[in-house]
Amino acid sequence: MSVRATVAVAARVLAQLRRDPRTLALVIGVPALLETLLEQILAGRAGMFQHIGAPLLGLFPFVTMFLVTSITMLRERNSGTLERLMTLPIGKLDLLAGYGAAFALLAAVQVAFVAAIAFGPLGLEVQGPRWIVAALAVGNAILGSALGLAASAFARTEFQAVQFMPGVVFPQILLCGLFVAREEMARWLRWVSDALPLTYAYDALAHTASNTLDDRFALDVAVVACVTVLALALGAASLRRRTA
Amino acid sequence: MVRGGRVALDDLTCTVEPGSVTGLLGPSGSGKTTFIRAIVGVQRVERGRVEVLGEPAGVSALRAEVGYMTQSGSVYDDLTIRENLRFFARIVGTRADAVERALEATSLEKERDRVVGRLSGGQRARVSLAVALLGAPRLLVLDEPTVGLDPVLRRDLWRLFHKLAAEGTTLLVSSHVMDEAERCDALLLLRDGRLLAHGTPAEIRRCTGGADLEEAFLRLIEEPPA
Repeated sequence: MSVRATVAVAARVLAQLRRDPRTLALVIGVPALLETLLEQILAGRAGMFQHIGAPLLGLFPFVTMFLVTSITMLRERNSGTLERLMTLPIGKLDLLAGYGAAFALLAAVQVAFVAAIAFGPLGLEVQGPRWIVAALAVGNAILGSALGLAASAFARTEFQAVQFMPGVVFPQILLCGLFVAREEMARWLRWVSDALPLTYAYDALAHTASNTLDDRFALDVAVVACVTVLALALGAASLRRRTA
Repeated sequence: MVRGGRVALDDLTCTVEPGSVTGLLGPSGSGKTTFIRAIVGVQRVERGRVEVLGEPAGVSALRAEVGYMTQSGSVYDDLTIRENLRFFARIVGTRADAVERALEATSLEKERDRVVGRLSGGQRARVSLAVALLGAPRLLVLDEPTVGLDPVLRRDLWRLFHKLAAEGTTLLVSSHVMDEAERCDALLLLRDGRLLAHGTPAEIRRCTGGADLEEAFLRLIEEPPA
């Protein structure tokens, strides 16, 4: 690992994002807009927003960073810059860590903004500490980045990469327990749900919202962390110095 | 192997002199890019051995010694020229003035703050070349570096190549323009992944009996394989 190379990659990714203010505005603004919409449509149903507001806040960064990372890495693969980097003195882990750091920073800004709005004007309340909700959200962003990185290895074009979003992300959102409690799902659906990382990400957020930071919460966090490391390893394995 | 070494591609072997400009020529699809990718160590090699500067191609010790310019540009379109160069300079771990020198060598000083995506094809190719120059590599491998450049720029770049060679850098330059072949110290002619000829321009002209290199190459290429 080289700190110099990691910092260089992170700075470069941030410079690329800075050149694209529209994307930045969307990344930061859209979650806040959606959170506001959610609060508005649930205005007549007491407690509903309080129930799903925090989990949704924590899952937005996962979705955004999955997309942003998979497209950015795909561009890197297709433009030849990855091939050039692979001939230079930089480790794969430096490259991945640089990406992770840049997107975690972006996620932190995104989370800070949507959290300020949700906990401020929208009146979202959680029984657990708010900072844990924010920390989980940034953690989920890193998970999203790691999965996006791995997904980019399976996409040849940007169209394919974009389709991974409904293909990989939506089923996880449907099955994580946000819309239907997992206890009410058919047994096979619960099994599938057990195997998906977002289930644990959601569960950790729900536990924070109800302030039940017990063993199950610790397990959730551990699973999310392990899957992140695994996805990064898979992503690293997909970065080949030599290709046919 | 390059620079006092040998390169084998489909059972053929050749050596490239240190501090010289070697042209890699051949029709489209003859294996020029594969040859180049094998040398910079990004090509999966099925059998055989590629050694560069006395080391197996692609080992980490070589990554600071070999400069590589791909055909596709391989720079970030959404960054400025200087941002691109600074990024790669930090990866290579070179001194801060390397960026300025690379800009000067490729005549891009005035363009430095323009975003690469808005440059012409020729300017973009020069950015890619500038990146390859950054670490002052001992071996420079350039895949079609002069495509899309006007005659003045091409002449300037070839002057730069010879200047670098005179300073001890070994250059391997692929091209399909024959008047560029004349400017090389040595030539490698590829067809179907096999080395058809290897020698100085004069030697190749002499042994084929062609009046100029273009004719010499046409004769070699159209000759039925032995």
